[in-house]
Amino acid sequence: MIRLLFKSREMILGAAILVLVAAIASRFPAFVAPSNLANVFNDTAPLIILALGQMVVILTRCIDLSVAANLALTGMAVAMLNTVMPGLPVPLILLVALCLGAFMGLINGLLVWKLDIPPIVVTLGTMTIFRGIIFVISGGEWINAHEMSDTFKAFPRAVMFGLPVLSWIAIAVAAGFVVLVGRTPLGRAFFAVGGNPHAAVYTGIDVGRTQCAAYVLSGALAGLTGYLWVARYAVAYVDIAAGFELEVVAACVIGGISIAGGIGSVGGALLGALFLGIVKNALPVIHISPFWQLAISGSAIIIAVAFNATSSRAKGRVILKKAEHAL
Amino acid sequence: MVMLAKGIEDASPQSGEGSAPVLSLTGISKSFPGVKALSGVALDLYPGQVTALVGENGAGKSTIVKILTGIYQPDDGQIRINGEPMSFPTAQDAGSAGVTAIHQETVLFDDLSVAENIFIGHAPKTRFGLIDRKEMTRKAKALLERIGAQIDPGVPLRDLGIANKHLVAIARALSIDARIVIMDEPTASLSHKEIEETYELVERLKADGKAILFISHKFDEIFRIADRYTVFRDGEMVGAGKIAEVGERELVKLMVGRSVDQVFPKRTPQLGEEVLKVVGYAHPTEFEDIGFTLRAGEILGFYGLVGAGRSEFMQALFGITKPSKGAIRIDGKVAVTRTPNEAIGHGIVYVPEDRGKQGVIKGLPIFQNVSLPSLKQTSRNGFLRLAEEFTLARDYTQRLDLRAAALDQDIGELSGGNQQKVVIAKWLATKPRVIILDEPTKGIDIGSKAAVHEFMAELAAGGLAVIMVSSEIPEILGMSDRVIVMREGRIAAEYEGADLTPEHLVRAAAGITEVRT
Ligand SMILES: Nc1ncnc2c1ncn2[C@@H]1O[C@H](COP(=O)(O)OP(=O)(O)OP(=O)(O)O)[C@@H](O)[C@H]1O
Ligand SMILES: [Mg+2]
Repeated sequence: MIRLLFKSREMILGAAILVLVAAIASRFPAFVAPSNLANVFNDTAPLIILALGQMVVILTRCIDLSVAANLALTGMAVAMLNTVMPGLPVPLILLVALCLGAFMGLINGLLVWKLDIPPIVVTLGTMTIFRGIIFVISGGEWINAHEMSDTFKAFPRAVMFGLPVLSWIAIAVAAGFVVLVGRTPLGRAFFAVGGNPHAAVYTGIDVGRTQCAAYVLSGALAGLTGYLWVARYAVAYVDIAAGFELEVVAACVIGGISIAGGIGSVGGALLGALFLGIVKNALPVIHISPFWQLAISGSAIIIAVAFNATSSRAKGRVILKKAEHAL
Repeated sequence: MVMLAKGIEDASPQSGEGSAPVLSLTGISKSFPGVKALSGVALDLYPGQVTALVGENGAGKSTIVKILTGIYQPDDGQIRINGEPMSFPTAQDAGSAGVTAIHQETVLFDDLSVAENIFIGHAPKTRFGLIDRKEMTRKAKALLERIGAQIDPGVPLRDLGIANKHLVAIARALSIDARIVIMDEPTASLSHKEIEETYELVERLKADGKAILFISHKFDEIFRIADRYTVFRDGEMVGAGKIAEVGERELVKLMVGRSVDQVFPKRTPQLGEEVLKVVGYAHPTEFEDIGFTLRAGEILGFYGLVGAGRSEFMQALFGITKPSKGAIRIDGKVAVTRTPNEAIGHGIVYVPEDRGKQGVIKGLPIFQNVSLPSLKQTSRNGFLRLAEEFTLARDYTQRLDLRAAALDQDIGELSGGNQQKVVIAKWLATKPRVIILDEPTKGIDIGSKAAVHEFMAELAAGGLAVIMVSSEIPEILGMSDRVIVMREGRIAAEYEGADLTPEHLVRAAAGITEVRT
């Protein structure tokens, strides 16, 4: 039953996206040209990657507000690394970015797990700290395109089979998450911990460890995106992706990931991110001030939450309060 | 001592023959996506009388309670109170129409105090419109005393065991002055002492002229306290009348559609090697000096009053809480169970008593609830195999007589008793060496109860060591090879063979005898 409901919820979102695209296309046919759609997708790729990481965190009744700061810090770190060692090959840079991001996720996770601090407090704190560290290591300076090596900048933009690498990475991450969430014990544990942390404890699942794992995943993806972002835009500074964490959470909420934990799907997160990405890219085309984008995203969130609230059962907890364990 | 006295005038206690029903339901239907929970049922409640509502798990009993309390809206049908058509769009409306209920799954708040839980939504106010804490505590105390519960109204609810929480729920229901009191399996987690107190309470409510709807799977109590009965089967009303004019067999037959004998499976226990030995287990506040041995193939019963520390001890054994002292040996070797995971690793599993909170994972379909602790067996190379999980779940839930539309249904859509069966299936499916069953048949209907008992007997015959915590004397006597009685956190007595009598158990649990065999 619930499965069907889920399916239909994703279908509703999918249909909403189609209607949106069709409406835009009726006035501005150029918008649906394959090359433009590919552009839109590529623009949305970072949001997709981060929304997937955020999804598993939200599934476990936590939240990660530090993703954008993590992205910026990792981006700055690899950009600086690149200026010092221009010859460092891209695979190594990717590895550094993933590890650095995962490490920051681990800090969040450990604070939530071992010290039992509410997730929203932990990640608000680390968000500020990460931004502060960027300022300290960069001295507030920008790293501009001419300071970065060409291979460093080229990687996310390189085109393979008609799409940039950035797009392919988002596709690969989504495919990986389908397997992780649906086909591994860890994925199942995310749902169990969010669905009923008490019962999860009795089942032998370590609630804190599972939440920590979710943070590490989210952090690693933020780190990865950090490199891709900085390389794509060929600039790194303190405030890149400022406020992006809210867009990420919004994508999840619009995608039907229950903020109370335990309910959500990869497809939902993906569609939620696409919806926001399309709105963002379409507004300039139809000559609406980008400031409207905020209002539109906001309305979409409220509609999505209202929709979830009426169709899902009452869930006790909200993100402001850490899911209590039986321990 | 009941507060507020509005709305009783029109229902003067007119008990006995010939009085008109206070509440009368006709043609009530309710469907959920894919299930018809109720179709055209009728139900009458009379002032000063107890009407027992019986039916199998999933027959629609709790659904009618939720309709009467404004939680669900019926698709069709009429609710009349004193002949006047009514509708309850919200729980508040039901409350002000004089209907109050103790629900099967108690909805209380762990972080609030007992008094706050009792009065949430209708707390006594001071002149300035603020909550009058003193008055609230005083009233809470009076209410708790009235139902014979020894609970401090100031403590946070989370500190109470499930049975005491249940008493708080009863107090909460009684804090609303109502003409119609609904009790959905009120004695399911209580032991004989509290059950007796509940019966007394029901008698008092009856004498006050309240109409009572009493839902239960226990036939002895139905025949003891009910005046009338109504039977549901598969969402339909299949019979109603006076309790004095019906026999137990007849009632069961109406309910199940066939006859069921409540006999316990005959067992000739084949005791094997000693599997578990517990020495001197203690906890700073809950229990002390618990020691016993358990052999393969044995069913060891744990009896005691509510608050005797049975569940608390089991939780420590399973690694949920930490003992302050004590050791366990498994197969003669010293073992530690600091976390549930370690306990499961040693082959010890625990089916908790509060299955709604500690067992059921809503949002996951039934089969994934069952397979959750068995994922190591059902997955390969670290990847889950859903088909295997499905098979596992089907095998075990079938044995326990689960009634569900499909195994990939969300578990939250099942009736209370069927959720219980899923949780039991989940633990049996781990193929443990030692299973601790805390109130294994709580909330389970008579036919399925027999299925659970038979399955237990079969598993024990296959060498499983079983610890069964139960407050039901017939179940303890019928299933156990040996019984340990706990009282106030200590072992009070141990009985087996001919010594295993109801009198011994009750006396030991109440502390009337010090005999220790
Ligand atoms: N929220 C829901 N969504 C879908 N189906 C439901 C829901 N609530 C109840 N049902 C279904 O309605 C039927 C009646 O359930 P109900 O809870 O009333 O049974 P019950 O008689 O109280 O059983 P029990 O003795 O197990 O408590 C069951 O088939 C159940 O699966
Ligand atoms: Mg019920």
